[in-house]
Amino acid sequence: MPALTLFEKVWNAHIVRPETPDTPAVLYVDLHLVHEVTSPQAFTMLRQRGLKVRRPDLTVATMDHSTPTTPRGPDGRIPITDSQAAAQIRQLEENCREFGVTLHALGSERQGIVHVIGPELGLTQPGKTIVCGDSHTSTHGAFGALAFGIGTTEVAHVLATQCLLQSRPKTLSIRVDGRLQPGVTAKDIILAIIAGIGVGGATGHVIEYRGSGIRALGMEERMTVCNMSIEGGARAGLIAPDDTTFQYVAGRPHAPQGADWERAVERWRGLATDEGAAFDREVTLDASSLEPMITYGTNPGMAIPIRGRVPQATGDPTLDRALRYMGLRPGQPLLDQPIQVVFIGSCTNSRISDLRQAAGLLKGRRVASGVRLLVVPGSQQVKRQAEAEGLDRVFKDAGADWREAGCSMCIAMNGDQLRPGEYAVSTSNRNFEGRQGPGGRTFLASPLTAAAAALTGRITDVRGMLN
Amino acid sequence: MEPVRRICSRLVALPIANIDTDQIIPASFLKVTIREGLGKHLFHGWRYDSAGRPLGDFILNRPEARQARILVAGDNFGCGSSREHAPWALLDFGFRAVISSSFASIFRNNALKNGLLPVQVEPELHRRLLTGEAGEVTIDLESGTLSLADGTRAAFPIEPFARYCLLNGVDELSFLLKQEPAIAAFEARRI
Repeated sequence: MPALTLFEKVWNAHIVRPETPDTPAVLYVDLHLVHEVTSPQAFTMLRQRGLKVRRPDLTVATMDHSTPTTPRGPDGRIPITDSQAAAQIRQLEENCREFGVTLHALGSERQGIVHVIGPELGLTQPGKTIVCGDSHTSTHGAFGALAFGIGTTEVAHVLATQCLLQSRPKTLSIRVDGRLQPGVTAKDIILAIIAGIGVGGATGHVIEYRGSGIRALGMEERMTVCNMSIEGGARAGLIAPDDTTFQYVAGRPHAPQGADWERAVERWRGLATDEGAAFDREVTLDASSLEPMITYGTNPGMAIPIRGRVPQATGDPTLDRALRYMGLRPGQPLLDQPIQVVFIGSCTNSRISDLRQAAGLLKGRRVASGVRLLVVPGSQQVKRQAEAEGLDRVFKDAGADWREAGCSMCIAMNGDQLRPGEYAVSTSNRNFEGRQGPGGRTFLASPLTAAAAALTGRITDVRGMLN
Repeated sequence: MEPVRRICSRLVALPIANIDTDQIIPASFLKVTIREGLGKHLFHGWRYDSAGRPLGDFILNRPEARQARILVAGDNFGCGSSREHAPWALLDFGFRAVISSSFASIFRNNALKNGLLPVQVEPELHRRLLTGEAGEVTIDLESGTLSLADGTRAAFPIEPFARYCLLNGVDELSFLLKQEPAIAAFEARRI
C-alpha cells in the first residue's frame, strides 16, 4: 500500500469516474450546503432543463448573507426592509419548497452562517466531501473533510447530479509546531501563514495543516484556520481528525449514533496522512514565536505583527494603491491607529469560543467613546448559548450592539456596513476595498485584538491588557 | 452556450495584482436572482464616484474600452469570493477573455463555464501586455495560442475538456448527466 495523504484518501474515496487525459474526474459530493445569494440562478438552470434535485437528503439550505441582524419583531420575524434582499430570501424559500430541500430559514432556531451551522448540526463529518457556493466552505476542512467553494453553475451541477467535474489539485503541507503565547490565537496563525505564502501562494493546492501547534487547537480554532485557506488561494484546507474532532461531533443532531458511531470513529481514525506520504510542497511555522497579527492593506496577505510597521513604498502599484486606500503612510506603525468601528463576527470568528474570548476582555469595561462595537453571533444556537452564559450582558454592558445571526458586516450586504473612510478592526476574513461598505477601511485581527481595540479606540496590543 | 473559437481585440489593461471578485462586482449587487445585466456594475467601486457618476480617468470609462473584448490584469486575478457574478459581469460588459500571469482557481472555473477565456501567460509577456500598448491581439482557442501584431506568439494552458466544451458550445452538465449509471453504481457500492 502506498503512503497516502489525508487529502488523497478522501479524494480517492469519492471518485465516481477517474480523471483521463481528456476529461476531469467525476467527484461525488456527500453534503451540499446552499444559501440565498449563489443559488437562485442554479435552481433556474434546473427548472429550465426540467431537472430535479438528485439528492435533497444530502442538500441543506440556510439564509445568512443578505439577512438582517436587527432585533426580531414582536411576531418573531425579522423585518427585511431591503426589497431586493427580501425577494432573494423569498426565492430561496420557494426553491427549497419546490425541490424538497431542507431549509433553516430566518426565524428558525437552526438558522445561521452556513459554515457555522454545518458543524453545529453534525452535518460536517470527517472524510466527507462538502461543497457550497461560497469560498469559505474550506472551513469544514477542520474536520478532515474535503470542503471547497464552487460557483453557481457548479451548484447546479451538484443539485442535478450530486457530482462535480474536478482536476486533482496539488498538496501543500503546512506544519505548525510549538505553543502559542498568551494573547495569540488561531486567527494569528492563519494571518501569519497567509502573510508568509502570499494571497495567491497556495493557488491550485489543497493545504493540510499539521503539527503540534494545530493538534493543540480546539475545533472552533481549527475552523478559523481552515476558513481562511481560500485567502491564500488554496482550494481547501484540511486537518486530520482526532479525539478533539470526535468529541466535538459526538451527540450532534446528524452525527452517527450507537454502533454506527463506533464504526465511524474507527473509519475516521484511518484518515490521517500516512507516515512517509509525500506532499507537492511543504511549509513550516513556529507557533511559539508568533505575535498577534493585523492587516494593514487591502488583501489578507498584507498582514504584520501588531507591533510591526507598514512596509516601505517600493513603487509597487498594488501596495501603493492599498496604502492610499487605507490612508496609511509607508513605514508607519499601526499601534495607536484610531479606529471607529469594531466588528466581531463572520464565519471566521463568530462561534462561542470567539465570543467567550472577546467577552473575557470586555467584562466590566466600557467601549471607548466614539467607537461602535457590533457583535454578531454566527448562528441562533451560538446566540442562545452566549445568552445562557450571560455573554450578551457583558457585551451590552460594555456598550456593544448584540445582534441576530448572519454574515452581517463581513460582506455588508444587509445594511450592516462601514461609512466611507471609517476604520474598523474586524474579526472577519477579507479586507478588500469596499468589502465592509464603500470606502470602509478594514484591519483584520483576532477577537481578542478586536475587543482590545474596542476598549481603547485604537489598534492595541492585547497582551498588555491580559491579567 | 455559444461556441468560442477566436477573439481579436485591443486590450484594456488594469496593472493591479490580486484583483479580487469584490472589486469585479461588489457584494451589494449580488442581491439578484438572475445573471443578466451585471455589466453596468463591473468594477463599480473603481468606476463610479460615491454619487454614482463615472470617473473619467478609470480605464473602463474611456471610449476605447467599450469596444475592447480582452482585459489584461495583474497577477492572481479573481481571488476571493466564489461569486460567479464576476465572470457574468465581465461578459455582460463585453469582455470575452482575461489575460493574467495567474488566476484564482474558483474564478478560473467559473469563467470557463461561461465562455470567458482565462489566458495565462508568462511573466515577461504579461509585463509587456500590461503596458496596454500591444495593439490588437488574437486569442485562438483551437491552437491555444495568443498572437500579437508584431508576430509574437505564446501558447497558453487550457484544460482539454474545457477547451472541447468551449469550442463545441457543449455544457458540462450534459456530460455529467450522462454519468448517471456510474453515479448510481457508486452510491450502491457505498451503502
